[in-house]
Amino acid sequence: MKFLSRKATCNSHGQDSSYFLGWEEYEKNAYDEKTNPSGIIQMGLAENQLSFDLLESWIANNPDAAGFKRNGQSIFRELALFQDYHGLPEFKNALVQFMSQIRGNKVTFDPSKLVLTAGATSASETLIFSLANPGEAFLLPTPYYPGFDRDLKWRTEVEIVPIHCSSSNNFIVTKSALEDAYQRAQKRNLKVKGVVITNPSNPLGTTSTREELDLLVDFVQDKNIHLISDEIYSGTVFNSSPNKFISVAQVLKDRKLENSEVYKRVHILYSLSKDLGLPGFRVGALYSNDYTVVSAATKMSSFGLISSQTQYLLSCMLSDQKFTSHYIVENQNRLKNRYDKIVSGLRNAGIGVLPSDAGLFCYVDMRHLLSSNTFEAEMELWKKILYQVKLNISPGAACHCTEPGWFRVCFANMSEDTLSLALQRIKDFVDSTKRGDETRGASRSGRHSSRSVMSLTKKWVLRLSSNGHEPER
Amino acid sequence: MTEKDEEKQSKNKNKNKNKNKSDDSGGGGGSMRVIVPLQGVVQGRGGLVLGSIIPCALFYFLRLYLKRNRPPPSSPPHLSDSPSQSPSPSPSSPSHLSDLPRSHSRTLLSPRPSPALVSSRANSIVKAPESPYYSSRKTVLHDPYHPLTNPRGVLDLGLAENKLSLDLIEEWVVENGRDSIVGGGGGGGGGGELSIKGIATYQPFDGMLSLKVALAEFMSEVMERSVSFSPSQMVLTAGASAAIEILSFCLADSGNAFLVPSPYYPGFDRDIKLRSGVEIIPVTCRSTDNFNLSISALDQAFNQAKKKGLKVRGVLISNPSNPVGSILSRDMLYSLLDFAQEKNIHIICDEIFAGSIHGDEEFVSMGEVLDSVDFDRDRVHIVYGLSKDLSLPGFRVGVIYSFNENVLAVAKKMTRFTSISVPTQHLLISMLSDTKFIQEYIKTNKVRLRKMYADFVAALNKLGIRCTKSSGGFYCWADMSGLIRSYNEKGELELFDKLLNVAKINVTPGSACHCIEFGWFRCCFTTLTEKDIPVVIERIQKVVETCKS
Repeated sequence: MKFLSRKATCNSHGQDSSYFLGWEEYEKNAYDEKTNPSGIIQMGLAENQLSFDLLESWIANNPDAAGFKRNGQSIFRELALFQDYHGLPEFKNALVQFMSQIRGNKVTFDPSKLVLTAGATSASETLIFSLANPGEAFLLPTPYYPGFDRDLKWRTEVEIVPIHCSSSNNFIVTKSALEDAYQRAQKRNLKVKGVVITNPSNPLGTTSTREELDLLVDFVQDKNIHLISDEIYSGTVFNSSPNKFISVAQVLKDRKLENSEVYKRVHILYSLSKDLGLPGFRVGALYSNDYTVVSAATKMSSFGLISSQTQYLLSCMLSDQKFTSHYIVENQNRLKNRYDKIVSGLRNAGIGVLPSDAGLFCYVDMRHLLSSNTFEAEMELWKKILYQVKLNISPGAACHCTEPGWFRVCFANMSEDTLSLALQRIKDFVDSTKRGDETRGASRSGRHSSRSVMSLTKKWVLRLSSNGHEPER
Repeated sequence: MTEKDEEKQSKNKNKNKNKNKSDDSGGGGGSMRVIVPLQGVVQGRGGLVLGSIIPCALFYFLRLYLKRNRPPPSSPPHLSDSPSQSPSPSPSSPSHLSDLPRSHSRTLLSPRPSPALVSSRANSIVKAPESPYYSSRKTVLHDPYHPLTNPRGVLDLGLAENKLSLDLIEEWVVENGRDSIVGGGGGGGGGGELSIKGIATYQPFDGMLSLKVALAEFMSEVMERSVSFSPSQMVLTAGASAAIEILSFCLADSGNAFLVPSPYYPGFDRDIKLRSGVEIIPVTCRSTDNFNLSISALDQAFNQAKKKGLKVRGVLISNPSNPVGSILSRDMLYSLLDFAQEKNIHIICDEIFAGSIHGDEEFVSMGEVLDSVDFDRDRVHIVYGLSKDLSLPGFRVGVIYSFNENVLAVAKKMTRFTSISVPTQHLLISMLSDTKFIQEYIKTNKVRLRKMYADFVAALNKLGIRCTKSSGGFYCWADMSGLIRSYNEKGELELFDKLLNVAKINVTPGSACHCIEFGWFRCCFTTLTEKDIPVVIERIQKVVETCKS
């Protein structure tokens, strides 16, 4: 392997961890309602399959869009030859409009500040390439999307320094946690270039509060660094309370920061993989008020342009505002129903969930089911749930969570019946565990690991923090 | 003297912040050690060396302390204040340079931290003077030629788009396209229900297996069945540029280099260098050899690189070549393999124009050569794509074909950043599986290419402009050195400018392709129709006349 580059042979793509096991097992024994009813149910994949019918009917009713036609005229040639890295103008216009709609039209976006990429993965990496040099660092609140280890660090050679958040305050980012992370970075002689937040959060599903966003803007203003807000789940906010999702763009507007220095250092990432449930289409975008960033990123996007066919199809769909307004609302309702269902199902099994407002998953508290407050126990529980309960869920350690026992469970990538079955399996499992505990009673010597939590944390953070699975978001 | 000493003592104490006040009483001894040599200096005695070293040392430490605690000096001002929305950076003007000392001193005065920097990569992208290859695109886009609506517009002979056979593809898509994109029914006729699930959800990032199978077949067909490709050795990317970039990331570290025969495709500068930081070392080819590659030139370039301390990791060849359009002989391919083995480096073969052969020479793929010879295949990688042979640059389809399992494994992971959109994959699976259509298409396309090439070259010849013999691809490599005023890059660019802004023809100057000889221009003939040729010739003629006068 010496024949290859360092990047090729190192492990920082983070895709080698034992977490892969879950995916492999699922693939070997995938649940199917008819053909394999006792198979493993996939609850580790954050895909939105709830609203496909809406998309299908739109496409069926608008044949021109998928047929390379505009007003009945074929524009196939134009599209076949279109490879301009500035993107199809009608698509960018439609996309910024959609982004605005998702934010209740409280903010507007300028298409000239938008850079299109093949998926949010490409957008994140391109943004980091534009903002940071090798060896510099970004601060990320934990727990965070495992893919960031690959997207932000691998080919860019940039470091991630975690901002430790805890369940004691629902994992909200605090000033002291920010400062602490910053200090830790400095101690490691890392130059901090910015903070990356995911709002709504993955894996938590919570939306950042106004206070948090103000704090973050103040912090980056003070330290003279960047703020990246990954708002890929912005269209999955199912909490009906109007101000639940606040985009960082809104904060900048409300605080009238358009002419300030910090304005140019706030960047937004987006994609249609979650809101529209179209991850296969590979549509991502980065939005920046800094034209240097936009210009550099535009050129870099050459390495991951969106197929013109897809750009055109989606430009038609997203310009249909009647459709998009209806879709946004209907999608959110369906997500809410699922969320309610899973929360009550889990509650029924005595399992609590972190209160959340968005996303395709919920953050589930299974600390009381751990044999000990360690990541080893978390892995043990995860394996049990995978092999015995036959559910593939994501352990918190894969997301760099500092507290063992939390799991991310997806609810939008299956039918309602499958979800019911999954909940039933969980209930049965918990009940049997309780019964098991009762029979064993006091004779349990409680073989707790005598090793310290810290050393185990290190082990598991190392092994699992580089998350396995590909589409896992 | 004593007073002076005490003065010096206090001065030294001020300088040396580590000494604390309580040292005053007992500090006499410590400071005496400093004072005595100074005294010695003052009195012109021995201690001269120490007496000069110690103040120097103290001064050095003072500077170091100040440096550590001083805010970092501000960077060169970035262009974010220029709100121009065009992506082209203005070439660095003197005003930027004069800005530097001013802001530097401003920082020293005000302790506020400087504005956050973007990466140096971003800065260099934005600031680099743009190659005419890219900058002329704007002129073209603003004023594109149309025989009826804009007959005085710019004729684009700069971008390799094959418009000759696009009608065939369009026809196919109109007849078969829609059902192949969405639908469990598939096939023509509109049967089956629309099911988006199959195209919307995550698919393997390195491409759907059925597309790999279809592409392997297509590649084989395009190369006239002289070689067969295995889908399991393919990794699909969103465009061939991404394929080249991924190989750069896999095969070399930042600061290493690839040997690339020149003149070469201007896009390589971006594909190889931009983010992976791999250098390009041009390997000179000359008109006396018809710009053919020689192993001795490769060897020379390799040795020169070694002398400069640059580690060469591979050779990148394009076959058929861009811009010249020549084809590598079988012997040359064997020699290249030997060279790579001898130097222990990789070979990347960009065969993106393999299906666009218009000459009489036989095209030999590296894949074919490897089939017939016992060679360490781990070092050979082929790049392909559908932007040229199938005229579909907008759909972003690239292929990395490698014999090296490790490279395939890593490249596969990197496709996470650059996957082909699934609806497009479905469309192509359908299209490429229509063998009858594909065979017809390849055949017709070659015929049209051949005719257009012949007509265009003949027309240029009539003007006294000679072209290098080319067997494949979309270009004529034309010798306009007779028309340039001064035999240097400036002269060449002047002619380029005249052609673009006066004659309104966009061609690519040889310097953009890193050609070592001046006056060569790359002219793409596949964007033209039969009727356009006389228009082009007429316009060039005007320039020829003004040059001669």
